[in-house]
Amino acid sequence: MFERRAWGRSPGETQLPGTPSRSLVAALVLASVSLMLLDRGASGLVDPARDAVAEVVGPAQSSVSAAVRPVVELPESFRTRGDLRAELSALQEENADLRTRVRTDDADRHRLAEYDRLTTAAADLGRAMVPARVIGVGPSQSFSGTVTIDAGTESGIRPDLTVVNADGLVGRVIRAGATTATVLLVVDPDSTVGGRIGQSMDLGFLRGRGSLGSDARLDLELVDQTVVPHREDTVVTWGSRGGNGPYVSGVPIGRVIEVYASPRETTQRAVIEPFVDFARLDVVGVVVPSGTASDRSIVEADGSLR
Amino acid sequence: MTRAAGMRPLVLGLLVVAALVLQTSLVPHLTWRGVGPDLVLLVVVACGLAYGSREGMLIGFAAGLLVDLAPPSDHVAGRWALALLAVGYVAGRVRPDGSPSWGTTVVAAAACSFFGASLFALSGLILADHVGAVPALLDVVLAGVVADVVLAALLLGRITRGLRRISHRDRLEAVRVHGYA
Repeated sequence: MFERRAWGRSPGETQLPGTPSRSLVAALVLASVSLMLLDRGASGLVDPARDAVAEVVGPAQSSVSAAVRPVVELPESFRTRGDLRAELSALQEENADLRTRVRTDDADRHRLAEYDRLTTAAADLGRAMVPARVIGVGPSQSFSGTVTIDAGTESGIRPDLTVVNADGLVGRVIRAGATTATVLLVVDPDSTVGGRIGQSMDLGFLRGRGSLGSDARLDLELVDQTVVPHREDTVVTWGSRGGNGPYVSGVPIGRVIEVYASPRETTQRAVIEPFVDFARLDVVGVVVPSGTASDRSIVEADGSLR
Repeated sequence: MTRAAGMRPLVLGLLVVAALVLQTSLVPHLTWRGVGPDLVLLVVVACGLAYGSREGMLIGFAAGLLVDLAPPSDHVAGRWALALLAVGYVAGRVRPDGSPSWGTTVVAAAACSFFGASLFALSGLILADHVGAVPALLDVVLAGVVADVVLAALLLGRITRGLRRISHRDRLEAVRVHGYA
C-alpha cells in the first residue's frame, strides 16, 4: 500500500515524480542529434573538445593500464621452466624458418628485379620508429577499431603516421594529443589500406570488418578484377609516395585465406587474415621520418636506439 | 555551495570517469568472444534504478558525451550520448519504488544493454559511421548483453544501493541545513 501511495499523484501533478518533463527529453535528444550533425558535417569543430578530454583521460588510462599490466600478465609467469625452454626452441626454429622465408619473399624478389630498388632502399633507410604501448581499447559495443597509445606530439607523433608491430601493420594515427594519440586499426570498418599481393604485385584495397578478436578479417578488392589471388598469398602495403601520407610501403598486412568470385558482379573478393593479433596489442612502433625530435628514444632504421 | 549539494554530483562524476578509464584499460583483458561488459552503461543503469528516469537521463547524457569524446573513440560525437540518455530513461522507468531486487536489476541491465547497444548500432547505420555487416553487429550486441548480465549479477545491486544511500544522506543534510529537502 505504501509503495502505491508513493507513486500516487496529487491532482495538480501531471507526471510521475522523478520523470523528466517533455521539454527536457526533447532538449537532450536534440542536443545529441545536433552534436552528431555538427561532428559529421564540419570536421574539426568537435576536435578541441576531444583534445581537452584526451588531456585529462589519457594520463589516467596510462596509469591504470600500467597498474593493470602486471596483474593481467601474471598467468604468463606461472609456467614451468620446461615449458619455457620448449617454447624457446620452438620459437628459435620458427625464427630461423621465417628468416629464410623472408629472404626469398616474393615481394622482395620482385622488387629486386625492379628499377626502383634504390629508391626503395633509400626510403627504407629513412624509416625510424617511436616505440609506444597501447593503453586503451574502445569497447566492442562501439564497433570501432581504435586504440589509445601512450605517445603524443611530444614524442614526435602526428596524424597519418603508420603504426606497426613486430607482426605487421597495425593502423595509422588519426589524432595526436600531447602525451597520447589515437590509432585507427586496419580492421576498423572505416579503414581502407592500399595493398599489394606479394606474389603477383597486384594492387587492391583492404577494408576492415570491425571485429577485433581472433576472427578479425579484412576484405581485399583488387583493382584488376581479372586477377585471382591464391590462398596463402601475402599482402603488403602499397604505400604512399615518399612515405609522407598514411601507410609506408612494404609492411606485411596479412595472408589470403579465402577467395570469392562472383560471376554476376564480375569481381574478385579475397578475405585476408591479418598477421597482427588485434585482441592482444601491446607494444607498437610508430613509423616516423628519421631525425624526428622526440622525448623518448627512437628505434632507428638500422636497429640502433637514439 | 553546501556540502549537501556538492556530494552527489562529485561521487557520480568520479564513478563515471572511473568506469570510463577501467573500460578502456582493464576490460579489454576480460572479454568473452572479444566483447567485454560496458561499464559506463551499467553505471547509467544503476543511476536510473536509484534515482528515476529524470536523473538517469541526465547522467546518461553526460556519461555518453564523455564516452563520445574520450580517447580512443573516433565515432561521430553524440551517438553514445543519445544511446545512454535513452538507457538512463528506460532504467528509471523500471525503477520500483522500494529497493530494487537482485532479479530486477539483472533484468533491467540485460534489457538496457541490448537497447543501448542496438540504438548505438542503429545510429551508426544511419550515419554510415564505423559499422560493418549487420550480423556481426548483432553478434557483438548479444555477446555484450551476456557480459553485462554477468557483471550486473555480481555488482549492480550493490552500486544501486550505494547510490541510493548517498542520495538519502544528501537529503538529510539538506533538511539539516535549509530546513527542507
